[in-house]
Amino acid sequence: MATPLVVSEVAKSFTMHLRDGVRRPVVANVSFSVKAGECVVLGGPSGVGKSSILKMLYGNYGVDEGQILMDHDGKLVNLATAEPRTVLEVRRTTLGYVSQFLRVVPRVSSLDIVAEPLQARGMPLEEARTHAAELLSKLNLPRELWGLPPATFSGGEQQRVNIARGFITDHKILLLDEPTASLDAKNRAVVVELIAAKKAKGTALIGIFHDEEVRDAVADRILDVSAFSPRKAAA
Amino acid sequence: MSTLPLLKVNDVSKFYGSRIGCRNVSFDLYAGEVLAIVGESGSGKTTLLSCLSTRLMPTSGIVEYHMRDGQYRDLARMGEAERRFLMRTDWGFVHQNPADGLRMTVSAGANVGERLMAVGDRHYGNIRATASDWLQRVEIGVDRIDDQPRAFSGGMRQRLQIARNLVTSPRLVFMDEPTGGLDVSVQARLLDLVRGLVHDLGLAAIIVTHDLAVARLLSHRMMVMKDGAVIEQGLTDRVLDDPREPYTQLLVSSILQV
Repeated sequence: MATPLVVSEVAKSFTMHLRDGVRRPVVANVSFSVKAGECVVLGGPSGVGKSSILKMLYGNYGVDEGQILMDHDGKLVNLATAEPRTVLEVRRTTLGYVSQFLRVVPRVSSLDIVAEPLQARGMPLEEARTHAAELLSKLNLPRELWGLPPATFSGGEQQRVNIARGFITDHKILLLDEPTASLDAKNRAVVVELIAAKKAKGTALIGIFHDEEVRDAVADRILDVSAFSPRKAAA
Repeated sequence: MSTLPLLKVNDVSKFYGSRIGCRNVSFDLYAGEVLAIVGESGSGKTTLLSCLSTRLMPTSGIVEYHMRDGQYRDLARMGEAERRFLMRTDWGFVHQNPADGLRMTVSAGANVGERLMAVGDRHYGNIRATASDWLQRVEIGVDRIDDQPRAFSGGMRQRLQIARNLVTSPRLVFMDEPTGGLDVSVQARLLDLVRGLVHDLGLAAIIVTHDLAVARLLSHRMMVMKDGAVIEQGLTDRVLDDPREPYTQLLVSSILQV
């Protein structure tokens, strides 16, 4: 299938029970699709719901209405209604995510954090570590940090571990939440290169990039998320 | 992905007289899945865990287990001997207080070896070798194999209890607040250890905890209990990042940020 991701009429709101049940609409009528080898960048001002859309696509935000259809091993899965174990299976083999911040697991080395997604897919540890080392050196993470858990790393170092972990697999769909936010120019360029390589391999990418230079370098299309604003729809 | 659940829980309720322990709980658990049951004290978490693990008989409802022979068995209809055998071989139960799950006056090695003998191992050398291998896996020095757990710290005792439970390669492990009462640094080590073992052994586990960080780190799925009922369930990061129910929102918003 040349279109691994189709989002159809998705709506999301939060009901804040601790604030007297105030209902805060986030997005409505979100419809778009991403083709294999395409990088779609979510655009629009802060607070318009870009991150929320990524979180719905990954399954850590629930969806009120609509469908999120993914091509998972040749089968169509609607992530909006899938069972937890299906979502986990989709994440293991089809859907990758580079979050803005790394959730640090105590005591696990950076190298193993990066190698883990490959291991989860059955690759032997040593082989997975070799791939992880390759990617970490490409991202210029000093070798002496590889054996350490990233809890004490700087923001940029943690982010590079996170990027390596997200890019190490050949997932067909990759979500990127500001992967370059705390990187210097040299490493931003590496990420742009990695994204170009993913596109060449036919990965569908959906990302948020506030850095204009990076955005212009990677985006095939910019999707203005303010078009999905529920306030606008109501007006 | 295995298609048959390991454990099928259908409409389980437990009443203590007229008081509700837990009510109308239904779910399926699959091999390799880790389910966290969260909620505050008195919400029915431990009652539910006891009903699932046959430590308590549910007032109503059915719990079925997928035996190694491929058959489902209603746990309530199993004979006492058969149930005990299941608990000692195919299941593990990690108590909050290690003293409840260990024999405090026999050596660490014997604590681990005892379960091997329950599955028919009789060769002393093999048992000792397996026991010392497991002590290493839970990061207890092999030189402590002949010491009694009475002489161990709380964290070591808990790790020993885990080794004792996992040595027979169980398919399902129940854990009741496995990190409760431990220092945070000891907790982190234990969590990392449990996480690694669950992953390497492909265990299914049901973990009762009131600590949402523990649930986040260890579990795939989560059930939130209040007043004996499951009020919200789903993928762990969905429940924690996008809680729907008022009580879940209160729980999540009450976590202290460090």
